[in-house]
Amino acid sequence: MATTYFTEDHEWLLVEGGIATVGITDYAQEQLGDLVFVELPQVGRVLKKGDTAVVVESVKAASDVYAPVDGEITEANTALSADPSLVNSAATGDGWLWKMKLADESQLSGLLDEAGYKAHIG
Amino acid sequence: MTGEDLKSLPLDDIHKAAGARFGGFAGWSMPLTYPPGVMKEHLHTREHAGLFDISHMKLIEVSGPGAIALLDRACPLDAAALELSQSKYTFLLTEQAGIIDDLIVTRLEPQRFMVVANAGNAAADEAHLKSLAGDFDATVTPLDRVFLAIQGPAAADVLLATGIETGAMTFMHGLELRRDWFLSRSGYTGEDGFEIGLPEADARTLVEELLAHPRAMWIGLAARDSLRLEAGLCLHGQDITEGTDPASAGLMWAIPKEIRSGGGFIGAEALREIVARGPAQKRVGLKPEGRQPVRSGTALSDAEGKPAGSITSGGFGPSVQAPVAMGYVHAALAKPGTRLFADVRGAKIPVDVAPLPFTPHRYRKG
Repeated sequence: MATTYFTEDHEWLLVEGGIATVGITDYAQEQLGDLVFVELPQVGRVLKKGDTAVVVESVKAASDVYAPVDGEITEANTALSADPSLVNSAATGDGWLWKMKLADESQLSGLLDEAGYKAHIG
Repeated sequence: MTGEDLKSLPLDDIHKAAGARFGGFAGWSMPLTYPPGVMKEHLHTREHAGLFDISHMKLIEVSGPGAIALLDRACPLDAAALELSQSKYTFLLTEQAGIIDDLIVTRLEPQRFMVVANAGNAAADEAHLKSLAGDFDATVTPLDRVFLAIQGPAAADVLLATGIETGAMTFMHGLELRRDWFLSRSGYTGEDGFEIGLPEADARTLVEELLAHPRAMWIGLAARDSLRLEAGLCLHGQDITEGTDPASAGLMWAIPKEIRSGGGFIGAEALREIVARGPAQKRVGLKPEGRQPVRSGTALSDAEGKPAGSITSGGFGPSVQAPVAMGYVHAALAKPGTRLFADVRGAKIPVDVAPLPFTPHRYRKG
């Protein structure tokens, strides 16, 4: 069964079978504004929690998106190369950023649930 | 800079009610975007009319029998040659010809001028002009005004709907429409448009009237930046600074020929030397290949990997539909078409020197 987690850095993770699909929250995309470019990660790249996985670029600025947990990139959302605005229009759906194989599922317990994230953004 | 250090615009409440997202710029809490977002705001301005609150900028009046002499000393300008209501883009320069600020000076009366200064430099500009005013019989008076810009092909129609007739005015002219109102046909978007300085109470009424027009809407600072970058216009503090001079910046067109050779402005000697030997670096337009924007501060290298210069402004151009940038490169590399490389997080992005502006200016020249 899939479970959704959130981070204080405004990311969401949908975890199923040891694989996390990661994106930024609707709140985050609203803060960033219209995205014009997403620098996607190489498949196979091994990330530590806190490493920069993706850079999202708005008209005005570039922002890092960090790996919320340790793991290896298994897929990047290449649809974003043609249409980065998917992150704006469907942040928690078609605008996902990457998938990663979790290295240590116990790290998930340090993340927020939806209620916790809602409280975080007030 | 922390939030509590920021000054609020006089119309802050109106921007909040309009749903603006705010950010700090030059010490001010500024509306960056409104609910439509930077992309739609930018394109709306190019198609219709965008209303900007630019009250962070400062109107300074320079008047008196020595006003012309003061301006001719402070700026590479022939103030006496300006016709009444004529505006001129100019600079305050250091002795080394570094650009303290870029300004627009408008002659309102034979001995009275309006100076429009940038937000971040307003206090320094005022102090600089006041310190010089002692040598001349001139008065420097900062004015307490709300400052609005209405920009885009529908700007004149939108103003007309509020009863403000601008038909005969051409680009780079300004006048006092009524008491304490300063209206000029100018702007920072590359489009036709106007800037209006006026008292706060009048501004509140005017804003309501302007926004009642179906083709007018609020535009934030984010789109102001992408519009001016596409138009190839410099942002002081980034594209021009005290470390750059008008020759390197490609802004010598703003200095009349006889002033270049004979003017007694501060920085004249240094500027003549720079012009005589040729600037080492030149400001150029830069077009990154692909979709990835290159940002201010990014280093540039040439085909052999040698340092070539750096980006001073960069982002995405919504009208160009591609990333756009400007920066300084070695004079030998300043020719349009020259291929350079931007170092973006370890990757080398091909960037071509490109003519400015990226979007053609559509000023009303008469």
